[in-house]
Amino acid sequence: MAEMRLLKKGAEAELYLTDWMGWKAVLKRRVKKGYRNPDLDSYVRGLRTSNEAKLLSEARRLGVPTPVVYSVDKRNFEILMSYIDAPPLKRFVGSMGTDEVALSFSRIGEIVGRLHKGGIVHGDLTTSNIIPYSGLLYLIDFGLGEHTSNVESRGVDIHLMRRALESSHHEVSSVAYLSFVDGYRRVMGDMSEVVLKRVDAIRKRGRYVDVSRRKGAMD
Amino acid sequence: MNSVQYVLGIESTAHTFGCGIASSEGRILSNVKSEYVPASGGIHPREASQHHASKAAPTISDALKEAGLRLSDIAAVAFSAGPGLGPCLRTGATVARALSLVRKCPLVPVNHCIAHIEIGRLVTGEDDPLVVYVSGGNTIISAYAAGKYRVFGETLDIALGNCLDTFARRLGISHPGVPKLEQLADDGSKFITLPYVVKGQDVSYSGLLTMASKLAGECDLRDLSLSLLEVAYGMVAEVAERAIAHTEKGALLLTGGVARSKRLQRALSYVCRDHSARFHVVPPDLAGDNGGMIAWTGYLALKEGLAVPVESSYVNPNWRLDEVDVPWRR
Repeated sequence: MAEMRLLKKGAEAELYLTDWMGWKAVLKRRVKKGYRNPDLDSYVRGLRTSNEAKLLSEARRLGVPTPVVYSVDKRNFEILMSYIDAPPLKRFVGSMGTDEVALSFSRIGEIVGRLHKGGIVHGDLTTSNIIPYSGLLYLIDFGLGEHTSNVESRGVDIHLMRRALESSHHEVSSVAYLSFVDGYRRVMGDMSEVVLKRVDAIRKRGRYVDVSRRKGAMD
Repeated sequence: MNSVQYVLGIESTAHTFGCGIASSEGRILSNVKSEYVPASGGIHPREASQHHASKAAPTISDALKEAGLRLSDIAAVAFSAGPGLGPCLRTGATVARALSLVRKCPLVPVNHCIAHIEIGRLVTGEDDPLVVYVSGGNTIISAYAAGKYRVFGETLDIALGNCLDTFARRLGISHPGVPKLEQLADDGSKFITLPYVVKGQDVSYSGLLTMASKLAGECDLRDLSLSLLEVAYGMVAEVAERAIAHTEKGALLLTGGVARSKRLQRALSYVCRDHSARFHVVPPDLAGDNGGMIAWTGYLALKEGLAVPVESSYVNPNWRLDEVDVPWRR
């Protein structure tokens, strides 16, 4: 094995910078969690490792920029993939102008549209999981994703992104969401309406929902 | 204004009618509660509100007595205005309005979830923690940012406490069910795979409850309890971990009725150890629903001029914590 340098210790996994056949690569290792029962822990880590490896490759075939998977080690809960040498979108949103936010999120809407159209939901769409690099927007972290064309799952996927925007980027969340919807519609066409309607329904379904949400108003 | 002020707080969002008194120095002088326990099944809102109406007077007079105060010493009356069960909230609000009119003092509506956070900050001295609030009605991961408590994760359907209580009831275990499930779990050994549902930063418990209930007739109940608790707590711990990694807060505060669970405390203390964060648990008396937390939060709001006239002192059963401005934290 090549030399490894710890890049990042995330909540779920450790990322190491290494190389594969002379290319820079990232080793993602899902670490054991002391707070979980050991059987539950290996079940969850195993499921997410194989899930992520499969979905990264399949998303790529749908035209969604993702890292290239080089190899998977299910026994050690590891994925070796290409390195995208740039910080996540989260770091840039705060310094972006409104136009730039609108443009980025309409492209993100297109990307998510392509993913959904191809029968995949990401499961954790946040600005930490999108990396702008060489003119493309890379989607990473597919561990919570699944194969489904279910309206509900697509709706939850978008609902979670909207919620993440509201908690982490509240100052631009409406522009970002509206632009996202534009992009999503462009790719999903007629199929988008039922999903977007469901997003609103999921939002209103929340246990405690403010009045403006219940009326279906959007900011 | 130089002297010490006393605020009386009324809590009545669900099964507990509580009355507590807080001083402007941050002391909880008394914290009396009366809990409605249904004869069978879950909370019946009308019965609960009737319980609250019948216990209001003795609970309030006990709280005053315990604090060594008279009603005339009270500077303001605070009440839980939501979220919660409509009939229960309205009973508490009616009592609070009456007290405020009799005493001719300000009336302060308080958001119940925010009161859980503020009492935790007060008793632990932790200024800016990530909060894990778990109870029969709520499962919320929240932290302060830019004027409001933001929600970084919550349940997409039923609350953690609701899932566990309902399961316990289905096994015929009497209230409170969670401590008894934990005892069963301590003797469990085999892990049974149950739906572990984390979606982004959110959790879902309805599928877990259905599956565990279905298996109740087929599996060893010790193993099933162990698996249910491990899955349910593991999900909260995972989203809490994601939130602490994301917000980079230096501490985690566990509060709400389910905070007393030793197994959950252990899981979250592991999370804190891994992220070099301090771990605090609100003591049971102040972690479950209580009037003391309403009194203290009422005092914070009173200082910011957030008292309301009786005519516009509405309750809001769906009042989200992330809608509320918290000017005292600026």
